Amino acid sequence: MRRFRHAAVPYLLILPGGLWLVIFFVIPVIALISLSTQTGDVVDGFSQVFRFANYSDAWGNYHDQFVRSLIYGAVATLLCIALGYPVAYWIAFKGGARKSTYLLLLLLPFFVSFVLRTVSWQYILGDNGMLLGPLKSAGILPGNFRVLATGTAVIGGLTYNYLPFMVLPIYVALERVDPRLVEAARDLYASRTQAFRQVVFPLSLPGVFAGVLLTFVPVAADYVNASLLGGTGNTMIGNIIQDEFLTAQDYPTGAALSFLLMAILLIGMFSYARVLGTEEVLEVAAR
Amino acid sequence: MTVLDSPERDRVPPSRSAPAAARTRRRRRGAWADRLLHAWTWAVIVWLALPIAVMVVFSFNDPHGRFNISWVGFTFKWYGPDLLDYPSLTTALENSLLVAVSATVLSVVLGTLVGLALGKYRFRGLGAANLVQFAAISAPDIVLASSLLSFFVTLRIPLGLPTIIVAHTMFCLSFVAVTVRARVLGLDRSLEEAARDLGAGPWSTFRLVTLPLIFPGVLAGALLAFAISIDDFVVTSFVSGSTQTFPLWVWSATRNGLPPQVDVLGTLIFAVGLVAVVVSALLGRRSAR
Repeated sequence: MRRFRHAAVPYLLILPGGLWLVIFFVIPVIALISLSTQTGDVVDGFSQVFRFANYSDAWGNYHDQFVRSLIYGAVATLLCIALGYPVAYWIAFKGGARKSTYLLLLLLPFFVSFVLRTVSWQYILGDNGMLLGPLKSAGILPGNFRVLATGTAVIGGLTYNYLPFMVLPIYVALERVDPRLVEAARDLYASRTQAFRQVVFPLSLPGVFAGVLLTFVPVAADYVNASLLGGTGNTMIGNIIQDEFLTAQDYPTGAALSFLLMAILLIGMFSYARVLGTEEVLEVAAR
Repeated sequence: MTVLDSPERDRVPPSRSAPAAARTRRRRRGAWADRLLHAWTWAVIVWLALPIAVMVVFSFNDPHGRFNISWVGFTFKWYGPDLLDYPSLTTALENSLLVAVSATVLSVVLGTLVGLALGKYRFRGLGAANLVQFAAISAPDIVLASSLLSFFVTLRIPLGLPTIIVAHTMFCLSFVAVTVRARVLGLDRSLEEAARDLGAGPWSTFRLVTLPLIFPGVLAGALLAFAISIDDFVVTSFVSGSTQTFPLWVWSATRNGLPPQVDVLGTLIFAVGLVAVVVSALLGRRSAR
């Protein structure tokens, strides 16, 4: 009896939270997959007819947005690495006693609502806003020059909003690099560049990989930046899904798009993690 | 700077002066690289802070209509009673706080239990449980949002505050569980065994030994849950029906222009969050000492 009770403890602990996740995460996702092959509408209800044409329709109509989301995601992720790696490196190796202050400064944006931050960029980048207005009246830029409603603005916004998710895992990985390894490399006549390329950089790669996972998925699925900073030519797949569910109320099409997006991202993520060794990537991601 | 500070070590006999000069040159280049990296770091920080600075500055602006875009004049008036000029904005903020507090309490209770189970025990289904956690954390927001909306609509559950709280609890729970699990994994088992040996029952052991030890993890999980919940836009906008939270109000108001009250509320939330973090960091430093 006692032994039975002991064996039941972990199940009892996990039961309430587990049920919550099963009811409000696992079942809805499965239901979404099922919904994606149904027909019908919100008022009359849906019926399961296994209409796989929902997928070909969805892809046929919206493959541009899919491709654009993946491209924007890739570019923004690369920009995050390019901007964030030097920052993480400097804080980890030269931050000294001020490391936590620098990290706090990097996290400042998180103290302001995500939507509000992006709206703020909309104002800054406005056609006659606080940045372009003065430059235009000074004659430095032509009157019809614009940043808002371009792909550049969307990618800039995405990079801005997700940069900290890249910097933190890289910082964690660099922080764990033993400085004595660098000294050893220098003692063995490696130049600074060689020591970085052959010692520090390889050791920081798990952090970069984790950062890519943490940024690419939410960036590719984002629609707030495209809505607020992009124009009609820069819509991403998130915009379409949001439209299908909240405006057109065409749930089956929305469900098909959602599932396609999730499938593409999950397959990409898992093959990426497999290639690089799951354990290491997840370990850094969990920190 | 290191070049100027450490001239003694570089002083070498004349016969070896050529390599020494090369070393000094290399070192000077290193100092340059450091300076460049330092400047780069600060440039990125300034870039990150720019929209926040704009928000804070424009909370003191005195625009004529609702469009708070160009600078008109300095005023404190939005920090007074005028802050409550938009009842729907005030309600939205109250909703945000209500949702964040409820979701934090629920997800901390449920998530701590899950984290304990995942970190402390080996049992059948552990792998599946970990996989569900990982999937819930890494699934894109919009997928969570669309599946929850379809789920609620199919079951004809009316959308509103309860559905928002349920959804937020769902995605905060996994973050709490992961944070607590990490803390549990680092726990020294012998402390619990010692408590048992000294005659403490399972409940006393948990209350007097385990809980205080994992408390920092629980607290970190709670802060994370609160921060994620109060800032959530995507999932909330799908499952809210006609209820509005602060991010939703801001979103729907962008088309008609954001009144300065939004900047004021954003600035106040920013200040409170910053002060809370700095104070807790200082307290943590003091207790660590």
